[in-house]
Formats: sequence, structure tokens, C-alpha cells
Amino acid sequence: MEKNVLSKYDEMLFTPGHRACPGCGASIAVRAILAATGPDVIVVSPTGCVETFTAQYPYSPWGVPWLHVLFENAAAVASGVEAALKKRGLADKVKVIIIGGDGGTHDIGLGALSGMMERGHNVTYICYDNEAYMNTGVQRSSATPLGASTMTSPAGLKSWGKEQPKKNLPAIMLAHSIPYVATASIAFPKDLTRKVKQALSIQGPKYIEVHSPCPIGWGFEAAQTIAIAKLAVQTGLVPLYEAYQDQPLKVRKLSKRVPVTEYLRPQKRFRHLFTGQDDQAHLALIQAIADDNIARYGLGE
Amino acid sequence: MAHGKLSVMEGSMAIAQAVRMCRPAVISAYPITPQTHIIEFLAQMVANGELDAEYIRADSEFSAASILAGASATGVRTYTASSSQGLLLMTEVIYYLAGTRLPVVFTGANRQVTAPIGLQPDHQDTMSLRDAGIIELYVEDVQEAYDTHIQAFKIAEDHDILLPVMVCMDGFVLTHVYEPVKTFDQADVDAFLPPYEPIHYLTPEKPMVFGSGTDDVNTMEFHYMNHQAVLRAGDKIEAVAREFESAFGHYRGGLIDTYATEDAEVILVAMGSVIGTLREAVDVLRCEDVKVGLVKVRSYRPFPAEALRQAISHAGVVAVLDRALSFGYQGILATDVKTALYDAQQRPQVLGLMAGYGGREVNLDTVREIVKRAQRALDMGHVPQETEFIGLKTETLPQVGAR
Repeated sequence: MEKNVLSKYDEMLFTPGHRACPGCGASIAVRAILAATGPDVIVVSPTGCVETFTAQYPYSPWGVPWLHVLFENAAAVASGVEAALKKRGLADKVKVIIIGGDGGTHDIGLGALSGMMERGHNVTYICYDNEAYMNTGVQRSSATPLGASTMTSPAGLKSWGKEQPKKNLPAIMLAHSIPYVATASIAFPKDLTRKVKQALSIQGPKYIEVHSPCPIGWGFEAAQTIAIAKLAVQTGLVPLYEAYQDQPLKVRKLSKRVPVTEYLRPQKRFRHLFTGQDDQAHLALIQAIADDNIARYGLGE
Repeated sequence: MAHGKLSVMEGSMAIAQAVRMCRPAVISAYPITPQTHIIEFLAQMVANGELDAEYIRADSEFSAASILAGASATGVRTYTASSSQGLLLMTEVIYYLAGTRLPVVFTGANRQVTAPIGLQPDHQDTMSLRDAGIIELYVEDVQEAYDTHIQAFKIAEDHDILLPVMVCMDGFVLTHVYEPVKTFDQADVDAFLPPYEPIHYLTPEKPMVFGSGTDDVNTMEFHYMNHQAVLRAGDKIEAVAREFESAFGHYRGGLIDTYATEDAEVILVAMGSVIGTLREAVDVLRCEDVKVGLVKVRSYRPFPAEALRQAISHAGVVAVLDRALSFGYQGILATDVKTALYDAQQRPQVLGLMAGYGGREVNLDTVREIVKRAQRALDMGHVPQETEFIGLKTETLPQVGAR
């Protein structure tokens, strides 16, 4: 981690001893998020990895109040928490955030999420995006990228993995005319913490998507989580930006451009693209997404 | 005793007024017929400043119930209403509310479940929630619906109970009907129903987790505690009904209500708005020297097995009028009544009848027909094996195996 990211609250708001897998990107995201929120926060999580590895009765690593209801309703639950805080006169003091995975956010929880955004609740929704249903054993979600092999989008003789590109949920969130949308990566925790603080300083609904690699689901060494996350950003596949309704997009420029193959090759979920001869045709499709991102978001120097 | 004010109003307005008097902090709802008028009236009350509540117009019934899960876990009083598909869409959350012991109060404005789609009142929607770990109370008229909503918060929020309570009232027949209703002053309702004091709630001052996972070591204990709480609610429902009587002068039964049962040879058992019709029919038949009586099941969960045994064991035949069916078995209330009687010293025969099912009218002639069938069973000494569907138009049914 970069220096000075962890606050005085670290290991108090989210203690060691939880059950995340070695190298878990999501757990790194949680620490960086809570460093930004401090203790005056209520965290809502949908069912998913974070819920599973942090909340097995009677244990809990949470040093902040935390609420899990179901898989597809975190945004609705948080709406209710926010409403109750208003009635208790605590709306200014206590922040409400959601920490949920991509399955609970992009897929099954999207209706409730859209409802919360449209109604304008003062809630920050943070999605730790590990690009598949990892908790249930690596099945594709709509956040799974093009070409990734998962248990339900397996590569095979007639398949090269997931045939659809990743759902652009930040753009869908922006279309709700909410005041702040940001993307972040656990490879840049200082940037993530700053964006969470920025979101919390703004009234209304906010959305932050945090790219959070999963060693088990993606198939790489647990020690490589940050390196993989950094490569994803450097290729342009994961553009980091902040979007306000009334300002030009603020992007994190790429200091150097890395071809997508450098990011894809170390991951088992893409190994079918590199067996025998490299699958140039499909790799080109993925490179095109990175190139398009770089042009569209202005990521180049 | 509180005097109250008698006026004629729509059932939904009476519910909205009762809920307003209970001062919920958060209301969340989604439109579905026939509960919609209730949430419209409440929206207007909030808009007029007559009710100081956060009113959240949800994107679905599922979200409405979820919003209340969040609000209730944050320590405030909550309310919603729904019907039919809406209640089914809420089901997953309702199980959670019970398991997490969050005392949300619901109105279940009864309506048939699709398919076929329709608006008719039956009990298939709310009775399919009977195993969710919640309390279900069925009311017979608008006054009882008004009274029971006020009682519901008191039962739900009791620290020995802490469970969701659903007040079930037949759609249209009770939600849209205009009846004289005695409403009470805010001060009197406040005296009866103090503010909600949660034991556990989300606050940074004392961080807690809600909604942890459990394994084989702990899961059964959580369910057992939920079960015990529903059972404990039996005494509480009766006590609160009596307390309400002292405060407001109304008593319409706690767990059950009985009518002309003492010497009855035939006892009708039913729930909901049909009770009013059955009371009238019993009066008429009694004038004709037919020894018929009536039991209203007011609390469906917890199920008042002991109270029922005491009320109906002496009868020759018990005729259960069911508005909900367990397909492939029988009427759901009939099953429960039979189960309760199995442990009785003296066991009457039970005639299971689908009556009022799918909104099919139950009138005096229908009751005469039901009582006639019960008397026939009494004479024969046995009841038919198959559930009878009262008013079934057999001539419209296709012949199975005809082709």
C-alpha cells in the first residue's frame, strides 16, 4: 500500500481475523474505505464475499455498525437506514455507505440500486468489483469482462469464455443524474480513500466502483493482487475517473501504456487465449476495449 | 375510557388514520390494488403535515420491505401495506424480518394470487406467509381493522416478542367499503401505545452486526427462539386485546372469538370478512332452531390450537370455510383445525370446504348449504374424504381424459 493511507482507525474499524482468502482484493478495499469513513458510519452489505468472510456468528471484524439483509436489496436497506437516521436527528453525524460485490450490484441488486439513486438518498454505494460471483465459486456476472472463463461461461471448443463485454454500470449510475460517480482500484488505495472522502462530502447518492482482483477466481498468486490490479489500470481496461454532473471528467492519466496481454497472460481465467498459439483475433477484441477506453476517457498523456 | 368519534369512512382511510395515530417514523410502499388507497391516504397525511414520517416510495414491494428492514434495524417504528403479488415479492424480506426480530407492521389487503390474475379477495397471499415466522391477525370488519392496527404495533414491539405483525383484511370487502368507524384521539392512542424502544439497533456509539451467517451449531437455536417468540405472542395478543378493551371499549376476540357455540351441533370456523355474514346467518338459522355456532380465528399465527379445542371439541361437526388452498392436499385452515383437534379428548368430524375462494360470494343460501352438508355428515357419521368446493361450476370444467 502507498504510505499514509491507513488512518488511526485501522485495525479498530476492521480487525484482522476475518475469513477472507489470502490476497483478497475486496478486503483491501474495505480497509481503504473505512480509513476514509472513520467510525461515524453505518455499513450495509448485500450477500457476497465481504458478507461471508466478515459475518459468521458469533464473530465479527466490524468496528462499525454493519447490516446485511439479503443479496438484492442493499440499496433499499440503506435507503431505510438513512431515513431512520433522519428521524433520529443523526443524518448529519452518521454516514451511510454500502459495500457490495458486482453480482449484488450489477445484476441482482440493480433494481433496488436504481431506485435508491432515483430517490436521491444520501448514501454512498461502493461496489468492490471482482468481476464474477466469487462467493459461490466463480460464475459469470454482468461485470465479468469479455473473454473471461468462469464456471458458467467456460472456455471450450465452441466458446472463448464470456461473449459479452462488461456492463458499464458507472455510466448507468451517471444517467441517474447523481452528483458523483467514481471508479477506483485497490492498486491505488490513496486515490480510493480520497474518492470515498470526496463522495462522503457530497449530499445525495454517490457511486464508486472499486476494481478488486480475486486470486482464486481469476487464477493468480495471492501475492500478486496489487500487481494485477495495477496492470488492469495501466492497460486502460479499468479507467480511473471521477464524474460530476457539471464538470469535465477527471481522469487518472496513464504514465505508461501496457498491452492487455501483459495483464491477461498471468490469469488462469484467460489462459485459453494463450494455449498453443496466442488467440490473436480475440485478444485484439480485448485490446480494442482498452484502446477505446483510452480514447473515450482521455487516459493518454 | 376513551370516547372516540364515530364517523363513516372508507376502510383504507380507517387504516391510514390508525397508522397515523401510531406515529410510524418510516413508511415505505409500492402501489398494488387493493391496498393502494391506504398508502395514498398516508402520503396525503405526510404531505399535509398531519403525519411526521419519512415516506419512501419504493421501486418495488421487495424494496419497500427492504427499506423497512433498514429503518427498523436503525431503531424506529415502521409500516407498510401490500397485497397478493406484492406480498409474495416481499416474502424473502419477511422471513428476514422475522429471523432478525424486526417488528415491522404490515397490512395484508387480501387478494388472489396469479395465475389467473385477478382482484378477488381470498387468503392465498397472506396464508402462504404463515411459515415465515411472523404473527398474522385476520379481521372481520373495518372497526376491527382500525383497532387491530393499533394493537399490532404494541404486540410487535413488545420486548418479549419483537416480530413482524401482519394485519390481514379482505381486499375491497374491507379496504374499499364505507362503514361507521369509531376513531380515537391521539392522546388516547399515545397512552395505549408508547414510543418504540428498540433493544438492538444500528448506532456508531455501540457498533453491532445484523444479519450474520450461522452454521449447524447455531442455526436451530435462532429458529427455535423465533418459534418461541411466535408462541409467546399468543398470550400477548390476548392481553393486548383486553388492554385495548379497557382503554377503548372494543373487544373483538384475542386469539379467537366465539358466537353461539355452547350448545352448537355444527360449528362454522372461518377468518376475515366472511365472519360478519356468518354471524347473520347463525342468527337466522338459530331462529329456525338449527343448533349452529361460529368461531372466528383471529390469530392465525400463532395458531390458537388450545383455544380452538376448548371452543369446538364438543360439536358434532366442524365446518371450516377456507379461502386458501394447499394444492394437492386441502384447505389450509382446515388442515390446521384438524391438527389442533387430533390432541382433543373429544374429536368432532371436520368438514373442509373451499368457500369464498377466489372471491366467490358467500351469502345466507351458501351458509344454509354448508350447514345442510354438515348435518348430513352428522347423520351419516362421517364426512366426505374430498375437500368440497362450494359453488363450483362443474358444468364449465373440461372432462379429463376425454380426448
